[in-house]
Parts: sequence; structure tokens; C-alpha cells
Amino acid sequence: MIEVENLHKHFGSKVAVDGVSFTVKKGEVLGFLGPNGAGKSTTMRMVTGYLPATQGRVRIGGADIEENEIEAKSKIGYLPEAAPLYSDMTVEAFLRFAAEMRRVPASEIQAAVDKAIETTFLEPVRHQSVDTLSKGYRHRTCFAQSIIHDPEVLILDEPTDGLDPNQKHEIRQLIRRMGETKAILFSTHILEEVEASCTRAIIIDRGKVVADGTPEELKARATNAGTVLLRATGLAGSGIKAELEKLSESSKVEVVESGDDGITARIAPAKGKADKLSAAVYGVCKEKNLTVHELKVEEGRLDLLFRELTKKDADK
Amino acid sequence: MDAFITLIVSFAIPTAIVAAIFVALLFYVLPREVRTIFKRELKSYFTSPIAYVLFVVFLGISNALSFFFTGVLEGGEADLFLPYFQYLPWYLILIAPAVGMRLWSEEQRLGTLELMLTMPLAPWHAILGKYLAAAVVLFTMLVLSFPIVWTVNFLGEPDNGVLMAGFVATYFVALCFLAVTSVISAITRSQLVALLVSVAICLILWLGGLPHLSEMLMNLKGGWLVAWPVLKLVNMVGVMPHFTELAKGVLGLRDIVFFVSFIAFCLFATSVAIRLKRA
Repeated sequence: MIEVENLHKHFGSKVAVDGVSFTVKKGEVLGFLGPNGAGKSTTMRMVTGYLPATQGRVRIGGADIEENEIEAKSKIGYLPEAAPLYSDMTVEAFLRFAAEMRRVPASEIQAAVDKAIETTFLEPVRHQSVDTLSKGYRHRTCFAQSIIHDPEVLILDEPTDGLDPNQKHEIRQLIRRMGETKAILFSTHILEEVEASCTRAIIIDRGKVVADGTPEELKARATNAGTVLLRATGLAGSGIKAELEKLSESSKVEVVESGDDGITARIAPAKGKADKLSAAVYGVCKEKNLTVHELKVEEGRLDLLFRELTKKDADK
Repeated sequence: MDAFITLIVSFAIPTAIVAAIFVALLFYVLPREVRTIFKRELKSYFTSPIAYVLFVVFLGISNALSFFFTGVLEGGEADLFLPYFQYLPWYLILIAPAVGMRLWSEEQRLGTLELMLTMPLAPWHAILGKYLAAAVVLFTMLVLSFPIVWTVNFLGEPDNGVLMAGFVATYFVALCFLAVTSVISAITRSQLVALLVSVAICLILWLGGLPHLSEMLMNLKGGWLVAWPVLKLVNMVGVMPHFTELAKGVLGLRDIVFFVSFIAFCLFATSVAIRLKRA
């Protein structure tokens, strides 16, 4: 549905987006991650046709966003980052305007407006003027605008920004639900959001894609992925540590707590041996007759991967 | 009674014709998107105090000044052209930019430009829809100055045809100034800047057509090498001569073509300004 090929954007001599490519199919929710200023919003603005690309192509459902502008744009629902609204309109009037602009047939406008209001929980402010709304309501009004014509493609720039935890939860579930029948691209810098609602995620840093995969695949790439946490007693801590270090499956043993009668340690796997590490660690415990209180394989953490990928070069 | 009928014939009918042109354009000629934008824009003029304030200012100034300073009351013939219409464009130099300043700068300030330009419509739909809404505001303003016509008819027996021509000419000038404002408001997000710059340009456009300037240019050819082409250009696009011709009651094709192409050029320039803004 969304095909992005080698997209570049230069602002004068500044390169904001530097060769980004990805596709989002129907039924996929693609999370777009990256630090502030990485080029997330610029990319989304090019995908929606607001900014012309310096180089590269964007196709929405087969229609090129520049050559076949109107057809491509009619398939998109878009929530810009700032959630802009006409401040002199009421919520309902604004949604009605959006529905008309989005070519909803006149006879279906009322139903479309009602549905969007219901989906985004705007009923209490329906007749209120936009400039009296709180930030959360403003955001949801703009969100309602993006789904009013039931688009095939949804592009959401930080859809949960400014919402309280309950609303965040609702919107994430909504994105997940809508993702079953649409192609959704949404940006965020909240990592738990990616795990909660994405089928795939891209990490972008200074205009380039630095990671692309399912949340599970990305987590597996984090340095902590496969680390085994062990809490065992029955031998002096230093002794256990020495045994663990001897293992060919381990690369590093990080002691969390060590005493005369036990240890709590984090054992990092050697390269390519992550899946065998826990068994090896258990083997050591059994051999030395230790009492195991805790043995846990840690899942990779997205925030670690995110920091590793986006921080490295910044230090140079 | 006769006077009443002449009044109706010379004012109500042309007014109805202009209104009908607007309706026909919006409902039958132009696409639905233009109408949607137009409706939103027009509503926003009348839900905020802007339109009303401008009406009061315009009607107040134009009526007060023409009665108190130009001596319609003493000038037995009640020939409205000189005292009334000669001054109207001067007020419009301020009023038309005040009506148009929000057209695109407000859109940029609110960030809704991003929303509008990602909707499935061609930029000219939006440009035209907005321009027409502002044009209707200016039209309403001129229609509201109708009492002055009634007054003059009450005082004497003016040539209503010439009066009508005065209104048509004034409206064309207003539309030109509005088109200039449309371009400027697409360039800046500040309404105040849009207003000030537009007023300055409208003033130049108006004064550029001064007969004196044309004469001056004839004599200046030799020196002023740098300034001459600029002055010449300003003189060429000066709206005053076209206004004067039309207002005399000479419905010259040349002048109408000038006004229409001037407006079309400005609306095109607006689309270029918006495109540059995005790149």
C-alpha cells in the first residue's frame, strides 16, 4: 500500500532524509522510531505529499504521490505532528468540513462524523469550539479527521502525544485494531508503543534507516538479548563466577551481588551461543550442587537497541 | 415611484447579476472542493468580528468623508463620481488587504496548511475558494453602501448608470488589491506583515497609474537608467487609469481584460508562493 523508494530530502545544504526505503502492506502497522530531528516528520510529510521529495518515489496504493497526486492523497488519512485545527470551528463542524474535503458522499457525512466522534471519544466536546479544547481533545479531534473517510492508508505523526495513560492505551488499541484492515505508518518516540501496536518497526537516525524488523527481531538485536540472570547459593560468589567464566558459551559475567554463600550475576552470551547459554549455566549449577533461586533469560530491550543505534555516531 | 423603479433597475439587477455569477461559479462551474473551502472561509469571516468591523470602518469612512469633505451636499448636481468614487479606491488600499490578510497567513500560523495540502484537492481549488469568499465579503461591503445611492437619488436626479459603473470599477479595483493580498499572505505567517506589505504594494499599484507619473516617465528617459524600467513597470500595472475609464461608464473590454488578467496572475503567483513555501 505504501511504497517508499530511496527518499531524499535536502533543505539547502542540510540533508534531512538520506535514502529511506520501506513498504507497508495492508494489515501491517509500521512503527517509525527515531530521536528528535532524525527525519521522521519530514519523511511522513513527503509520504503524504505535503513536501516534495528532493529525490526518490512514494506510491500509495500504486499511485505516485507527485504524478498522480489527487488519487494518491485520496487514499490517505493523515494526522500531522502538531495536530492543527481551525480554531474558529466546533469539533463537529470541523469534522464535517474534513469529511466533505475527503470526498465522503453527502448522504454519508453525518454517519461518518458520528462514527469518528465515537471512535475517538469526542462526544463530550462535540459542539464545543476548537479553541477551547484541551490538548488531548485537540489531538483526538485531529485524529478523528484522519479516519473520517475510512482511508486505506493511515499516517500518524505521534498519535499519542499529549494524551493521558488511559487515552494512550485506547489509541494504541485502536491503531492495532485498524491495522488489521489498513496500512498504517506511525511515528513515536515511546518504545513501549511499538511493542503494543506495531507489526514491524523501523529505526531512523539522521535521515537513514538503521534498523528494520518485527519488534521481536529488533529486540533480539539488542546487546542484552539472551543474557542470563542467575541467583544461586551453595558456594562462594567468587567461585561460582570463576566457573561461569570458564563456560565457552559465556562472554562476560557481570556480578550484581556476591557473598560467601552465593551470587547474583548477569551472564552475557558469547557470539552465536545465546540459545545454549541458559542450559550451560544450569549445567554448572547442577554440577556444583548449587541451589538455583532464579534463572532467567532476558529479552532484548528496545530502548537499549535504540540507544545503541542512535547514540554511537553522535559521540564521534 | 419612477425614481424607485430606476433605482431597482440600475442597482438591484446588476447586484443580482454579480450574486448569480458567484452562485453559478460555485455550484455549477467549479468543483465541490472549491465550494467546501469557500463555505468554510466565508463562515469564518462572519463568525469572527473581522467582517463586521471592516464593514463599519469602510462605510463610516466612505460616507463621512464623502459628505463632509467633498461637498456632495452643496454640489447641486449630485454627481457622485468625483467626490465619492474617486476616494473609494484609497480606502480600499487599506480595507482590501485587511479582508485578505488572513487568507493564507492564518492557515500557516495554525498549521492547517499541512492538513489542507494533504487533502485530495489541487492547490488552485483552495486558492480560488478562499479568494471567492473574501471577494464576497468585499461585495457585501459595497452592497451595504447602497444607502448613499438612495440618498443621492433623494437629493437630485443623478445618472444611475454612471453610479453603477462607479461601483463596478471600484469592485474591480478591490478584487485586484485582494489578489495582491492573497499572494503576500501566502508568503508570511504573520497577518500584520501581510497587511502592511499588501497596503504598501496596493498603494504603489494605485499611484503607479497616476497620470503625472506617465508624463514624468516621458521626460525622464535619459537619466534614471536604473529606476526607469521599474517605474515604467509600475506605471504599466497601475490600476488607476483602468479604474477611471470604467468608472466613467465606458465598459471597455481593454480595462476588464486588464483587471481579470491581473487577478489571474496574482492567483497563479499565490500558488507559486505556496509551492515555494513547501520546498
